[in-house]
Amino acid sequence: MTHTKVAPGKRPPAALAGGMPMPGWPERIGKAVFLTIICAFVVVPFIGVISTSLATPEEVTRAGGFVMLPTHGIDLGAYKSIFAGGTVTQALLVSCFITGVGTLLALLLTCTLGWALSRRGTVGNRKLLLLVLISLLFNPGLIPSYLVVQQFGLLDSLWAVIVPVCVSAFNVIVVRAYFVGLPDEIIDSARIDGASEWKLFWYIGLPLAKAVVAVIGLFYGVGYWNSFFNAMLYLNDSSQWPLQLVLRTYVVNGVEIGGQDLGVGSEALPPQTSIQMAILMISIVPILAVYPFIQRHFAKGVLTGAVKG
Amino acid sequence: MTDLDVARPPRATAGNDAGAPTKAKPTRRSLFTRLRRDYPVLLLAIPGLLIILAFQYYPLLGNVIAFQDYQPYLGIDQSLWVGIENFRVLFDGDPEFLNAVKNTLILTAIQTIIVFPAPIVVAIVLHSLLSNRLRQFVQSVIYLPHFMSWVIVVAVFQQVLGGTGMINNWLRTHGYDPINVIGNVEAFRALLTAQVLWKDTGWATILFLAVLSQIDRALYEASAVDGATRWRQTWHVTLPGLRPIIILLLILKLGDSLTVGFEQIILQQQAVGADVSEVLDTYVYNNGIIGGNWGVAAAVGLAKSAVALALVLAANKVAHRFGEEGVYRG
Repeated sequence: MTHTKVAPGKRPPAALAGGMPMPGWPERIGKAVFLTIICAFVVVPFIGVISTSLATPEEVTRAGGFVMLPTHGIDLGAYKSIFAGGTVTQALLVSCFITGVGTLLALLLTCTLGWALSRRGTVGNRKLLLLVLISLLFNPGLIPSYLVVQQFGLLDSLWAVIVPVCVSAFNVIVVRAYFVGLPDEIIDSARIDGASEWKLFWYIGLPLAKAVVAVIGLFYGVGYWNSFFNAMLYLNDSSQWPLQLVLRTYVVNGVEIGGQDLGVGSEALPPQTSIQMAILMISIVPILAVYPFIQRHFAKGVLTGAVKG
Repeated sequence: MTDLDVARPPRATAGNDAGAPTKAKPTRRSLFTRLRRDYPVLLLAIPGLLIILAFQYYPLLGNVIAFQDYQPYLGIDQSLWVGIENFRVLFDGDPEFLNAVKNTLILTAIQTIIVFPAPIVVAIVLHSLLSNRLRQFVQSVIYLPHFMSWVIVVAVFQQVLGGTGMINNWLRTHGYDPINVIGNVEAFRALLTAQVLWKDTGWATILFLAVLSQIDRALYEASAVDGATRWRQTWHVTLPGLRPIIILLLILKLGDSLTVGFEQIILQQQAVGADVSEVLDTYVYNNGIIGGNWGVAAAVGLAKSAVALALVLAANKVAHRFGEEGVYRG
């Protein structure tokens, strides 16, 4: 194999990506700059948000709002005041409830349905699969969806945010594709040992699908944690608001958050920007916390669905 | 159903008896026996199916209010039927509606031209990296914004670009005039585009990278033997390799062409007004749920869904004609 562009003895051709010739210096520098810029675009705003939430009140006031790097030490006042009780704590609890209960319910229903659809040869299997697939092609529309939630009496209930989105047809297809790929021998031998369908699913199928379940769980979890529009649509009582709605009101719309909302005396209040950034941070942190554990499974989870489904 | 072999009795071999062919016996067991055999599986499927039926299929019936003068306190049963009255807004060219159509199409066009190719470029660059570690690091970083909600994205953009934000602070301390991006009608479309790019470019590379990793190395080696430069290889090997997935995604995008940035726009609509920001989805929301024109909103929603479905089906046909696989076969 002669690589015309490779200087002899520089690097064995086997190490080259996809048999491409060795890139020249201009290209490598260009790529380094390009990648640094796109990474900086992602990272820099987050650093700014963290910094502003942690900077001392004096520094925030002096900077006129946004602090890029706190040079005068760190102050946790903003976090103390948002956790002192009141609006933000309440919203945090609501968000945790929606996310926790929603994700568990969603995973259970999605995996059971995916498992059932993976058992080929059972009554109506193909028709049911078609039913799920067709639902991917259309969208029921905002107004009819609203009317259905209303009709089921779910308005102003957290279940309105949880239940309508707890089975995503796409995720069902992803899980099903994975279950279909499991070797029949395992399932058959377990059945010979007398395992019921539920036991097959719970002790054989689910543990083997751990990676896929983790990724789908992340998708559902993030979806619930981020639920904003459905909450806005279905929850009128502000005491039921999840974090995202609080974030919209006090950060995006810039409504002043006062001592009363936070449950603290208003004299001791840190600057608005610090409080806003602290609220923003607590809505970002849970995602950052689970992200490293699950992101290595992304490609696998996404691609099972995209390629086979 | 070819998977039923377990349940299938041995086939009678025809033609053994001279003369009368054996009458084809039903090869399946009766529905009842099969139901008895399979009910545990079906029980597992039921909860999930019920949710799909209740929240995907059942709402379709609710679209009848597009033909009604729907009053929430009367309900669907008692509201008056008005025929296609609600669709007048589509035919008569109601200016607000036309404005929403215009904005939707403009945003879709911008996104197809700018947002769609961006991840392809990024994926090609990432794929050409020699270091796996570096590639994985960059991937982890650029996937991240995808998991932020629109509220967070909009809030972050406000903090960076807003009046007291990062960029304006810098400009002010260095003696320049601050730039007003947030709430600026002229910059609104650019702002939306930047936000979409920031949020999802990285994530969208995942599919392209997967396809790139499947391109046969021999193609690169062969082209190298023929003296192709890296640039020529990208053009003649990499891009053709991506062709099927690009076409597939364009078809899917076409189906979504009447859907742009709903949450993103709802969050920022107040700041710039309806002129540039009203799209079909926000029109339905503002007219129906906020304005109480349920029938009209449902009519617009229904028309939108119908057009979207038709677009997907048509695009799929076109793709077949060009010899591509498309979204589904048949």
